[in-house]
Amino acid sequence: MNERIDHMKYLPDMEVLDSTLLDEVISEMEAYDYDKYTAEDVKRAINNDSRTPEDFKALLSPAALPFLEEIAQKAQEETRKHFGNSIYMFTPLYIANYCENYCIYCGFNCHNKINRAKLTLEEIDKEMKAIAETGLQEILILTGESKKMSDVRYIGEACKIARKYFKVIGIEVYPMNSDDYAYLHECGVDFVTVFQETYNSDKYETLHLEGHKRIFPYRFYAQERAIRGGMRGVGFAALLGLDDFRKDAFATGMHAYLLQRKYPHAEIAFSCPRLRPIINNDKINPKDVHEPQLLQVICAYRLFMPFSNITISTRECERFRNNIIKIAATKISAGVSVGIGDHSGEKKGDEQFEISDPRNVDEVYSAIEEQGLQPVMSDYVYV
Amino acid sequence: MEDKLIIQGHEFTSRFILGSGKYSLELIKAAVENAGAQIITLALRRAATGNVANILDYIPEGVTLLPNTSGARTAEEAVRIARLAREVGCGNFIKIECIRDSKYLLPDNYETIKATEILAKEGFVVMPYMYPDLNAARDLVNAGAATIMPLGAPIGSNKGICTKEFIQILIDEIDLPIIIDAGIGRPSQACEAMEMGAAAVMANTAIATAGNVAAMAGAFKQAIEAGRTAYLSGLGRVINKGASASSPLTGFLED
Repeated sequence: MNERIDHMKYLPDMEVLDSTLLDEVISEMEAYDYDKYTAEDVKRAINNDSRTPEDFKALLSPAALPFLEEIAQKAQEETRKHFGNSIYMFTPLYIANYCENYCIYCGFNCHNKINRAKLTLEEIDKEMKAIAETGLQEILILTGESKKMSDVRYIGEACKIARKYFKVIGIEVYPMNSDDYAYLHECGVDFVTVFQETYNSDKYETLHLEGHKRIFPYRFYAQERAIRGGMRGVGFAALLGLDDFRKDAFATGMHAYLLQRKYPHAEIAFSCPRLRPIINNDKINPKDVHEPQLLQVICAYRLFMPFSNITISTRECERFRNNIIKIAATKISAGVSVGIGDHSGEKKGDEQFEISDPRNVDEVYSAIEEQGLQPVMSDYVYV
Repeated sequence: MEDKLIIQGHEFTSRFILGSGKYSLELIKAAVENAGAQIITLALRRAATGNVANILDYIPEGVTLLPNTSGARTAEEAVRIARLAREVGCGNFIKIECIRDSKYLLPDNYETIKATEILAKEGFVVMPYMYPDLNAARDLVNAGAATIMPLGAPIGSNKGICTKEFIQILIDEIDLPIIIDAGIGRPSQACEAMEMGAAAVMANTAIATAGNVAAMAGAFKQAIEAGRTAYLSGLGRVINKGASASSPLTGFLED
């Protein structure tokens, strides 16, 4: 077996922030004993006007599950209060799937024998044009995590092309230093999402065996570097099911909460991915996150940070997605392809995971309207 | 004499400014009609050209557009959004929103004053959204604001006029129209605002999230008119502790 590098030690080219955020989040998470919360704690949390981290803990605890209907009703109230009837639409665009990381649960990992590809700038233009023709105005640009194959300049050029077609540009790529984020912000990006996957660093170490991603603290501080680089908003997520999902969801919320306290202008977003079937899934042993638990987590995010955007991905099925936008989610993807080059009909590279909701933009648009909600293509002007 | 709201020479008979965010575009027309609104706000960030359902197409003719600068965190960004609004044909009115807090969405008065000064000089009718502070309001007057729009409570909170005492000070001390802008959740609160002497009320979330948007717009219209009439009529006194003799202390002079 290969000698693994120390996952808590920064590599030489990695920027180190003078921040205590990681210690604060991890110590809060380690102290979180969800079994000690009672029905009374949950009821108090539901009825409070603004909610503390203690309330958040109660809402994520097993004691909250019997109150899911009440929690959902309160979550709906908060969502409508802060977002009215708006539901934002976007689509992800994978421009490359090269990856240097070995994350044992991921379809893109560098040891998986999949078709690798990277779109040329002409192909990116073609894909984006095809997406823009569907009416979407927000795009999320993704790559596999290979700084060598998809360097910052390449991503920057893709973002400049995106500026021609879209009003809102987000990225979900490998974590980088704040000067790189500043460069991408100049290229038109305003939103950065990084999934921490799990906040349990011991577990993290056993899942991320090779590559830059192995370095736990560098990934953790990506959002803070992005904000310092001038980004408007940042997205957070744990991949629920990798480890104890209650603790991971709690840490995700605390990560966002403490960052927003430090940078009050930062816009906060949550994603709520669960593990989906992929090759290698048998190597890990996911703690089960069924739909009720997923709903509990999403509602807990909503009640704890009612002003944040919550994205619901096509990992979930049509039925769940149609219902969750009524309750707590504010952002939904449509017309999704997670392969490389699919939008303009010339697939070059394989998918990261299987999607469960293949509906196109028009179908999702109509489904939102059928719920009495308002599909919004953009709520943003780049300034 | 007809009671009119006058904003930098522009005359309006309605004192209800309706927001257009947070609800279905198809409902806007009915809401405007039922509200009798002559001014409707719109977020430029949502309305700029190219939307599948462009909000501008849904706003009835003859209604004055009041684009806002939501999304701006600084004066500089607000100025850029305001200029963009004028370029895309939204007219000269601009509601300044400078917000550097994503949790409560409270306005930054300092940045707002700076943006007001720049935009007023460029010929905009500037309507700044602000935290009700008398000194800041005076600075806004000096910077060339057309109205002052203090918040009643955080945007979308529907909590009513939590800042009532401070808004009353603005109403009493500032000569520009004071338009209460955020936090109004019920027609009764809109009525209360008008009774206080506010020149107008702006509401969005309360209407957008109502079961029947158009009907709620109508309810607000009536409440605002009732409150205005009450204000103009001069409110009667409020008796705190039961009934009282007409002159308990000086009645002896008549003995």
